Amino acid sequence: MLLVTCPYCGPRPEIEFRQAGEAHIARPAITCSDDEWADFLYMRDNHKGYMRERWRHVAGCGRFFNVVRHTVTDKFVASYKVGEEKPAIPAEAAAGPRVEIVR
Amino acid sequence: MSETATRLSAFAGLTLPAVRNRLSVTVAPDAIRYSLRGSPAAAAALGAVFGPVPSTTACRATSAGDRAALWLGPDEWYLLAPDGDAAALAASLSAAIDEPHALVDISHRNVGLILKGPRAADVLNGACPLDLSETAFPVGMSTRTLYAKAEIILWRTGLDTFRVEFWRSFAGYIVGLIAENAREHAV
Amino acid sequence: MSRFRTEAGGRVKRDKVLSFTFDGVAYQGLTGDTLASALLANGVHLVGRSFKYHRPRGIVTAGPEDQNALITLRRDAARETPNLRATQVELYQGLEAESQNRWPSLKFDVNAINGLASSLFVSGFYYKTFMWPRSFWKNVYEPRIRAAAGLGKAPAKADPDRYTSRYVHCDVLVIGAGPAGLTAALAAKEAGATVILADEGAEFGGSLLGDAVTTIEGKSTDAWMSDVVMNLAMSDKVRMLARTTAFGYFADNFVALVERVTDHLAAPSDALPRERLWQVRAKQVILATGALERPLVFPENDRPGIMMAEAGRSFLNRYGVKVGLRAVVFTATDSAYRAAIDLKQAGVDIQLIADLRARPPADVVDEALACGLTVRAASTLCGTQGGLRVSAAEVGEVNGDLTIGRKEVVDCDVVLMSGGWTPNINLHSQSRGRLIYNETTQNFLPGAPGYDNVSIGACKGTYDLSATMNEGYAAGEAAARASGRKGGMKKGFSSLGGLAMGGGHLGVVPHDRDPGRVKAFVDFQHDVTAKDIKLATREGFQSIEHVKRFTTTGMATDQGKTSNMNALAIAAKAIGKAIPEVGLTTFRLPYTPTTFGNFAGTARGDLFDPIRKTPMHDWAAAQGAPFENVALWKRAWYFPKAGEDMHAAVNRECKTVRTTVGMFDASTLGKIEVVGPDAAEFMNRMYVNPWTKLEIGRCRYGIMCRDDGFVYDDGVVGRMAADRFHVTTTTGGAPRVMNLMEDYLQTEFTDLKVFLTSTTEQWAVIAVQGPKAREVLAPLVEGIDIGKDAMPHMSVREGRICGVPTRLFRISFTGELGFEVNVPADYGQGVLDAIWREVREAGGCAYGTEAMHVLRAEKGYIIVGQDTDGTLTPDEAGVGWAVGKAKADFLGKRGLMRPDLTGPSRKQLIGLLTVDPKRVPDEGAQLVASAAPAKGSHALGHVTSAYWSENLGRSIAMAQLENGRARLGETVYITSLTGAAFPAVVADPIFYDKAGARIDV
Repeated sequence: MLLVTCPYCGPRPEIEFRQAGEAHIARPAITCSDDEWADFLYMRDNHKGYMRERWRHVAGCGRFFNVVRHTVTDKFVASYKVGEEKPAIPAEAAAGPRVEIVR
Repeated sequence: MSETATRLSAFAGLTLPAVRNRLSVTVAPDAIRYSLRGSPAAAAALGAVFGPVPSTTACRATSAGDRAALWLGPDEWYLLAPDGDAAALAASLSAAIDEPHALVDISHRNVGLILKGPRAADVLNGACPLDLSETAFPVGMSTRTLYAKAEIILWRTGLDTFRVEFWRSFAGYIVGLIAENAREHAV
Repeated sequence: MSRFRTEAGGRVKRDKVLSFTFDGVAYQGLTGDTLASALLANGVHLVGRSFKYHRPRGIVTAGPEDQNALITLRRDAARETPNLRATQVELYQGLEAESQNRWPSLKFDVNAINGLASSLFVSGFYYKTFMWPRSFWKNVYEPRIRAAAGLGKAPAKADPDRYTSRYVHCDVLVIGAGPAGLTAALAAKEAGATVILADEGAEFGGSLLGDAVTTIEGKSTDAWMSDVVMNLAMSDKVRMLARTTAFGYFADNFVALVERVTDHLAAPSDALPRERLWQVRAKQVILATGALERPLVFPENDRPGIMMAEAGRSFLNRYGVKVGLRAVVFTATDSAYRAAIDLKQAGVDIQLIADLRARPPADVVDEALACGLTVRAASTLCGTQGGLRVSAAEVGEVNGDLTIGRKEVVDCDVVLMSGGWTPNINLHSQSRGRLIYNETTQNFLPGAPGYDNVSIGACKGTYDLSATMNEGYAAGEAAARASGRKGGMKKGFSSLGGLAMGGGHLGVVPHDRDPGRVKAFVDFQHDVTAKDIKLATREGFQSIEHVKRFTTTGMATDQGKTSNMNALAIAAKAIGKAIPEVGLTTFRLPYTPTTFGNFAGTARGDLFDPIRKTPMHDWAAAQGAPFENVALWKRAWYFPKAGEDMHAAVNRECKTVRTTVGMFDASTLGKIEVVGPDAAEFMNRMYVNPWTKLEIGRCRYGIMCRDDGFVYDDGVVGRMAADRFHVTTTTGGAPRVMNLMEDYLQTEFTDLKVFLTSTTEQWAVIAVQGPKAREVLAPLVEGIDIGKDAMPHMSVREGRICGVPTRLFRISFTGELGFEVNVPADYGQGVLDAIWREVREAGGCAYGTEAMHVLRAEKGYIIVGQDTDGTLTPDEAGVGWAVGKAKADFLGKRGLMRPDLTGPSRKQLIGLLTVDPKRVPDEGAQLVASAAPAKGSHALGHVTSAYWSENLGRSIAMAQLENGRARLGETVYITSLTGAAFPAVVADPIFYDKAGARIDV
């Protein structure tokens, strides 16, 4: 079970949270094009590596907030409140050999 | 004119578990319960008339006499006061707050259990994933969390005393789980 | 006393004799024995049959890694546990164990003929041999294979035992309580940390438990261990968990331990769980999981009586059991010499030590010679003899070119083998740690950890005892500091003795047998031989992950513990690659087999999921109502009178509501109090309807869409004050509607001053519906004029009923004059009692959810989630009138403008009247254009609701139909599961009182 840091309550067990999809998807104005609207509704990034995501501390303080999580290692590197400045995405560590050989 | 309707507890018909010298489980007495939602300023204004000033520190409860305010979120507090006229008290409290806020009577939505004894934390940890050591969850801490699949509000009122508040329809599930988790402590 | 039990020594209690049975034969053992040691003490080595060839199999190890000694333990008909390792099962009085995988008996198994036909059972035989004829796979081959194969039998009865779990946090979790783990726990404790020390054995001590010669700090290992264990146990900061296996390592140092609480007890207390799952969150984890001794891969290495050398030593020193009387020791490592010496000193004839190495270390050899042992360097075993027990070993000299020279058949009743030690990196690997391959020792070792953990002692390749303990102590101290504690002192340990663990061999040993025919086992459990692995590489499997799946080596209970390295070496050699290039299979949880009960825990029966009950639940149950599940709620379904079946009861309830009055528990509807100066604007944005002009005291039927424009939820909303709305939602939709509202409020509409509170359970709701509804409520209500004009349809008033506060809604989900009485939940039953008296007096009845569904369908009222399915717009669902088209924005406004939602061929909700009025369609049935549509023609839609309407004397149905509203009057066909499609006429979905005259009275 992951340990998720709520920016209000601190580190708490994953089961208190609900993941709420990719973060920073702005709802476009009603005058937007059909393509822009389709992007907003249905198109999401889902790459290997760090992602900004929304989570909600649903069985806690109830707040939606944002995190930076690595989709392969599951490591959370930042949690921040809605409206706060986005923290930088860390550089991806060079993937060393799975097995190092020594004598 | 009909007779006044009687009150029926959500715990009616349920057997509360107990383990001698290790755990007692009692139903919290009927109380006025409010959900207060608003800014810290609104909460401070309420505190001036309510008694305990709602905490702005996360996950902390304040209490004064028989009234308490539990921090549940940055704009949400859970207020407890002795049973009485909930609508009248709400009106008088709201009148003292200039800020936008919501004060909603949830006296009947929630019910409470008090777990007391040296095994109370262990029995809670049978289904609650939080660290309930005195350092991680000190006396006076309050938070919403989970007891297995039920959402609860957990408030540590003493070293070996916890108050657990939850929606009334979960009473059977939570009492049943507490009993199951308490069982082994009888040995 | 058996001749296999020593006179003295070991940790068993010799004055406490226990009786047990194995395959129905009575034996005696001692308190402190495992089933394995007790069987060996009775001279029993044969304990099971292998998976594929049903070859006789004996006890190979003394620990949980044993692949062979899998037995079924039986307490009663419901408590039969298969696949327990006899080496881990603690003996208790009256224990009943049975061997597995044999028929009719362990000593004579008819399926052993598989061994003669082994050419059919080569690796991948499932995929190859049984291809033809095709139909035989399902009916002949698969059932036969399943009957003959498999490990043990699952019990047929429900598990009567209890299982609990506990979340627990600590600074330092130490896994393994051997010399490394004990010193680590000691240091962590002394440095002020909270510590959990878990070990899968019944006693703490690990390898020290079988060590009679070593001294630590000048004390015997026994004395040293009991001091340390006492020291730890006295501390309230240390939790000591024996019989506890760390079986899964999860993200962020969340580690699952299973404690076997009662399995070792003859008559456990009913209050105790059989197993306790500890869900540990540790700041730091110390892995002290030791090393496992590897078998040697030589021809016929699987006969009962052939076992690990250190196991033989452990059975002797810990349990006082001689595993045989005449032993051959076959080794590639130093540690087996210690076993030979100990066994010889206990009176076992050691025929010889055959050391695969040309030049074993002189000091090791000299010590053996000094004890009178015969040592043959550069020696191998070319085979063994014996049926159900090894009777001789064929010892051969290995020449410099790896050919075999002089051979000799040596009598023995036990072969002790040691191929070297494999550090147990299972948990390190589960924790996503990186690996190091040491080419010199040919070991995989833990590299950089994936989480905050450290490996110490033998699992990291540290074999020297003093070094292990120093490493353990330093790691414990460091972990305490890393977890935020003050830290402690440095400390060194001195020991004499310990086990020399150098040397080792991977893969098949040299021998002179035909490698294409002889069986040299790598994985005893699955009958995987060196030949099978070579075959796999010949068939093109280059990665060890593929070799594993093709051959099944290291699968099931082994999880690679004993077989991995040999399999890897054989595959690497066959492919011509270095071992690390072939790769290591992923270690999976659980480390050892774990019960389903452990995972289920308390979540079974009534505690599987919360069962939510309304305040009036018990009353409905007392009335004889069956309940239906709606989300987590139990809702009263119908209220049968004596002799009534469901249909009769529902028909009566529907009639009664339309003729007199009915009472219905509507408490489960979701309720949200929306409060704040911007409440109306928030409602404008969240719902398709306009709210600004809704007067205080009036209600409106609200439709909520998501931004995609599809109907998401619905419910009646009452305006209690300018800044306060009482919003209702569907029963199942309440949590998601609240979540969606909070989401938009917190992240999108942050300009609005609005606050949400769930009041679903604050209010008990009693619906009173029917022509006599007003008459029923009138005597009970105070302070509210419920007259036709004072309180029109779609209004809400606050006042009192039966002396308690109420929010009284005049609304209807039946099409009749109706009220919904909201009272604080604890008063629900009291108010219902009073209403019930009046309802009965008026000739009315209670009705359940089924009648509610029929009554609303007669009126064409939709149920979101039944008539809609996330693909209908408000207009398509027939509620387009609700959309406030003039509003600047609302959830779904932009979505509804999408061209794909405004184009042709969209489905619309319509009514259906079957041509045969008695025929009720199946809900979900497809609509087609003709009675027998051509194959491949597409469905025009489907039935969403269908009922018998007693009020109309015919069936009614609602359906989603392409261009449905343009087809009114046309005939479509409804498919049936039991026969041909049948005709129905497309109709307006309002079947009853189209003008709505009945509601407005």
